[in-house]
Amino acid sequence: MQIEDLNAIAEKHIGSRKKIIVRTCMSAGCMSSRADAIKKNLETAVKEQGLDAEVEVRRVGCMGFCGQGPLVGIDGVKEKEILFEHIKPEDANAIIASLKGVESNLEIGDPDHPFFAKQTKIVRANGGIIDPEKIEDYIAIGGYEALHNALTEMQPAQVVEEVTKSGLRGRGGAGFPTGLKWGTVAKSPGAKKYIICNGDEGDPGAFMDRSVLESDPHLVLEGMAIAAYAVGADQGFLYVRAEYPLAISRLQIAIKQAKALGLLGAGIFETPFNFNVDIRIGAGAFVCGEETALMMSVEGKRGTPRPRPPFPAESGLFGCPTLINNVESFANITAIIKKGGDWYASIGTEKSKGTKVFALTGKINNTGLIEVPMGIPLRQIVEEMGGGAPDGRKIKSVQTGGPSGGCIPAEFLDTPVDFESLAKLGSIMGSGGMVVMDDTTNMVEIAKFYMEFCKDESCGKCIPCRAGTAQMENLLNKIIARQATQRDLAKLEELCDMVKNTSLCGLGQTAPNPVLSTLKYFRNEYEELLQPDKFGPAATATK
Amino acid sequence: MSARTLTIDGKQISAEKGASVLQAATEAGIKIPTLCHLEGVYDVGACRLCLVEVKGINKLLPACTTRVAEGIEVTTNSERLNKYRRMTLELLFAERNHVCAVCVANGHCELQSLAYGLGLDHVRYDYIFPRWEVDDTHRLFGMDHNRCILCTRCVRSCWHIEGAGTKNVAGRGAKSKIITDLNQKWGDSESCTECGKCVMSCPTGALFKKGSAVGESERDRTKLEFIVNAREKKQWNA
Ligand SMILES: Cc1cc2nc3c(=O)[nH]c(=O)nc-3n(C[C@H](O)[C@H](O)[C@H](O)COP(=O)(O)O)c2cc1C
Ligand code: SF4
Ligand code: SF4
Ligand code: SF4
Ligand code: FES
Repeated sequence: MQIEDLNAIAEKHIGSRKKIIVRTCMSAGCMSSRADAIKKNLETAVKEQGLDAEVEVRRVGCMGFCGQGPLVGIDGVKEKEILFEHIKPEDANAIIASLKGVESNLEIGDPDHPFFAKQTKIVRANGGIIDPEKIEDYIAIGGYEALHNALTEMQPAQVVEEVTKSGLRGRGGAGFPTGLKWGTVAKSPGAKKYIICNGDEGDPGAFMDRSVLESDPHLVLEGMAIAAYAVGADQGFLYVRAEYPLAISRLQIAIKQAKALGLLGAGIFETPFNFNVDIRIGAGAFVCGEETALMMSVEGKRGTPRPRPPFPAESGLFGCPTLINNVESFANITAIIKKGGDWYASIGTEKSKGTKVFALTGKINNTGLIEVPMGIPLRQIVEEMGGGAPDGRKIKSVQTGGPSGGCIPAEFLDTPVDFESLAKLGSIMGSGGMVVMDDTTNMVEIAKFYMEFCKDESCGKCIPCRAGTAQMENLLNKIIARQATQRDLAKLEELCDMVKNTSLCGLGQTAPNPVLSTLKYFRNEYEELLQPDKFGPAATATK
Repeated sequence: MSARTLTIDGKQISAEKGASVLQAATEAGIKIPTLCHLEGVYDVGACRLCLVEVKGINKLLPACTTRVAEGIEVTTNSERLNKYRRMTLELLFAERNHVCAVCVANGHCELQSLAYGLGLDHVRYDYIFPRWEVDDTHRLFGMDHNRCILCTRCVRSCWHIEGAGTKNVAGRGAKSKIITDLNQKWGDSESCTECGKCVMSCPTGALFKKGSAVGESERDRTKLEFIVNAREKKQWNA
């Protein structure tokens, strides 16, 4: 495979396209509402209505507006796409008839809706546009050009330099500078090095990574290959949870196709660079997203974290230097290589560059996946894009960062969404979960929900997390049942401090965050539930 | 091997490169509380009792898995550390059913002596009183899950000293459980060599020799160390 061959594939594929493209979302969300039947019926309708020559029905990945799904988008009829929402399989005939100008009463979305208009798409640029099961579709929009450029025009150190310049920070939660990590692995001594893509995505309600893997698997593979070249690795592992069967099957297809074209394997683009990727399927434990536990799991052992240092960059998988990045982190790489680190760094804020994908859910009118530039005020996301809370209720708080994050009260909605600002408010960027809560939400219940999650997902290795989360959940239950006193609240706060500072891994270290942030902003909701202390000073005084 | 100079609790000491802070402290006569550490098997940093403060690092570090480095200043004994240690023990006592008065290990239990040492006189958390069984199916040994603190010392001895790989951990969180083979009864285990190393390793009364009265259950832990030295350093006399 050389660049001419790649271009030839692209040209041939573009030439074979029909005038009108009917895109059917076939991601897990829409698939659960019979998107496969929709696609089949659309294909039949095209044939029956004699439009075979000009209309092509295409399977695509997630378009983002999941709350309005199943979605069908149409290109080539009007200047902008036409988007049909809430489609059922029996609507297929009417959709195809509409191409010939037949009026229908189907729901049509507004492509200028702020939900779409306010997005900046880098990671999700091809989501909902290309067929994730056809490598030609990816090549036709410039796929694998970045890998070619990196391999033939750049030294590995230049690739690291470009990623460093971009200011990209890890999207898996902690926001560690990606360029710095790549540089460390590149410099780590060792003949054998590994790349791992972390697609464990265990935060409740999060589906950003799943969507990228389902909609654009080659984007992630290409990002991994570029990373492997930069750090000197020749073997990659994609760790995906077993609950994502569609993502796994599309990745398997993608790897097979890339291998067949020589875009993975030995001597890629006729250079000495070799790179292979294997999929490892996780059993769905949240803790297996933690990097050291994940590597244990890849090695076939029980997935429990181990103390760091040593960090994976020095001693990771099978004791070799290992680069581990999140799905979304890898998905940003091809754009950085193609358009340059400076271009990437021009998006976002001073310390948080580029875009971030969020899964917008909860008490909000428009739910789905959005990709926004870093620094966008939270208010624009929830009020303009999300359309505010349903039934005219007031937004009370926005939860970011899942079980490791916190609740941001409505008074801070003007905060820009970036790593530092969210941390300052006692929450975190996290991997991209964003749950909106309205004024009917009880914040103690929310804290308890996340604590219960952490208790259930604790791996059980270290005492503070294993036994501490159980006691914290017990105390929260007592508070909710109106059986707790000020002393219990003090015990809860003391445990928060202890579990945060003594737990072995990030799960335990961040488990108290939802309690701490709700205590910070909604302490009155806890105190309203407390009972007078029988043994406190007041009680002893009456004795 | 080259030496490293460091300070532990204000005392200047030198230790071999690659030694753990715990080893360095022990050699200098400074005692750091431990539970999951067992001489002779590798460390896992799980119990968090050995956490120490290192000047300039804002995280607490486990002494058993942290390597010595030139010039570091370590504090092993501070009000904050001891408070966390007491809380860790309180959490353990509340987690399962540790009724010392009727335990085979009473008087020889590391959990009990740590609690005395740290001045823990009562537990402020609600006892969870989970239901755990006792496995007395083995000919020679028994396991009382009520007294297990999940330190995995038995698992590590069984795998890395005996090489039998009988013991393991199953489950997650508070439901984690030490199992034999594929979660079978110990008495049905085909891999167990009946060596007793797991029993020798156990810091509490969770693993016991059958028929042993309270006084007999003092364990000979130096024996484990001897076996490891024998194998790794070819030193055959204790
Ligand atoms: C309990 C826990 C769960 C985690 N889950 C994930 C996950 O699902 N996906 C992920 O990318 N990172 C997860 N992380 C973070 C990883 O340990 C690691 O930092 C990350 O994969 C590094 O990639 P990045 O630098 O690209 O963010 C988790 C961390 C912890 C402590
Ligand atoms: S903090 Fe929790 S999840 Fe992490 S090692 Fe300890 S018990 Fe396991
Ligand atoms: S007696 Fe020996 S072989 Fe059997 S479980 Fe204990 S350590 Fe393992
Ligand atoms: S049985 Fe004993 S040695 Fe094994 S994990 Fe439990 S307390 Fe530790
Ligand atoms: S002895 Fe170090 S963590 Fe248990």
